[in-house]
Amino acid sequence: MGYDKRVDGRKPDELRPIVAKAGVIKRADGSAMFQIGNTVAYAAVYGPRDMFPRFLQNPQRGTLRVRYNMMPFSGAGDRVKPGGSRRSKEISMVTEKALLPVLNLEDFPNAVVDVFIELPQTDAGTRCAGICAASIALADAGLSMKDMVSSVSVGKVGSMIAVDLNYAEESYEEGDVADIPVAFIPRTGHVSLLQMDGLIDKESLKRALEMGRKACARIYEIQKKALKERFASSVEVNSTDGNNK
Amino acid sequence: MNEFLKLHIVKWFEKGKRYDGRSLDEFRPVVVEYGVTKNAEGSARVKIGDTEVIAGVKLSVEKPYPDTPKDGNLMVGAELLPLSSPDYEAGPPNEESIEVARVVDRGLRESKAIDTKKLCLIEGEKVWMIAIDICTINSDGNLLDAAALAAVAAVQDARFPEYDGKVVNYKKLTDKKLPIARLPLSITVMKIGDYLFVDPSIEEEKVVDSRLTVALAQDGKICAMQKGGDAPVAIDDIGRMIELATVKAAELMARLKR
Repeated sequence: MGYDKRVDGRKPDELRPIVAKAGVIKRADGSAMFQIGNTVAYAAVYGPRDMFPRFLQNPQRGTLRVRYNMMPFSGAGDRVKPGGSRRSKEISMVTEKALLPVLNLEDFPNAVVDVFIELPQTDAGTRCAGICAASIALADAGLSMKDMVSSVSVGKVGSMIAVDLNYAEESYEEGDVADIPVAFIPRTGHVSLLQMDGLIDKESLKRALEMGRKACARIYEIQKKALKERFASSVEVNSTDGNNK
Repeated sequence: MNEFLKLHIVKWFEKGKRYDGRSLDEFRPVVVEYGVTKNAEGSARVKIGDTEVIAGVKLSVEKPYPDTPKDGNLMVGAELLPLSSPDYEAGPPNEESIEVARVVDRGLRESKAIDTKKLCLIEGEKVWMIAIDICTINSDGNLLDAAALAAVAAVQDARFPEYDGKVVNYKKLTDKKLPIARLPLSITVMKIGDYLFVDPSIEEEKVVDSRLTVALAQDGKICAMQKGGDAPVAIDDIGRMIELATVKAAELMARLKR
């Protein structure tokens, strides 16, 4: 019954290896790639730009519009039918809510900021990877932000409270599993995404969230590093390349 | 606005050059990477300059089509993701993405690149279905050629998963490759005025008079074509376009693993 050793040998509070890179899609206003273990997320930001259809415009503030999508060949089993599902719609919505608090969209009435998240390869934690990539991409686009958002899933596998569950752990069958994707705004410590499915007691939940906060602080540093690297090198890029952004 | 862009581009053509410094028959650097996503049975990433696409192959066991009970099924999809260009929108496939998918599909199908008879498990009942999906990461001109190249490379990379007669075990890939008979490649030749050129940038694509995509099998036979653009072309031009495509196809073929 006990799950005392993680399938990939990680410590309970250990994240899978992370690679983050900003500015990976040239035609986008801002972009990023965020890989955690075998989950890979690309994010591109377009805007602020004119919002169509026009009746969706908000004269008070700009709108954030997120589209989360898995590529047809990204899943572990059957081909994912293109065109979106109930699941991808919901994830798009919660991702939007996770990112919104750090943006200053009142500066852009009637406009829209589009965030597109695409996953070429998945192994659990896709919405969290998407949020991490999108945060970097929004900052890369030069939007004024209060902070970035960092996200990871935490949970309980059997009796172990652990961070960043992979697919094998999410589908662990010999005991209860709780899967809790969370997103933190690191500077304030506030939570902007919280979902959960599975079973967990209240005490474990508290400990899991605390573990998630600490893990997000580490992810935050990786996100900042990706941005710094991007702007260390873009000085030369921009001087030779005037016609594209 | 496009008129001025066109004048600018043609002015360079008169000097035998493109505005980005290339000669008219010169591709941007082409890079092919194999096995770029783990959950697909085969995958490849193709970069042509800043254009970047990923193609993935998923295999499944399905019922054959009633008119071809002994043949496996082949399906090609193309997603022009809104992530890859400010000009693309989310939503159902549009004309452009359907054209890309169908042109790539015809190149593979008509060249008989894959021996579909070898994909038959039980006649009329069970055959392998090969689903090739092409996703754009950065759309910066010449998607048609990038998509065709990526699709072929993904097919080369694919391995059958384990199948026990009932369930496909996607966690275990065998060493068995797809039954590839030959490799087709597509080259799109663009035309502005009397000038022919290949591998257009996004700006050149916007002002092109006409284009011809030619899919060629390894033996030099033409296996599919698609004329695009608003202007008609003369028969002599078609001959010249095919000649240029043949030369360029041999060049791209060298980028593929043997």
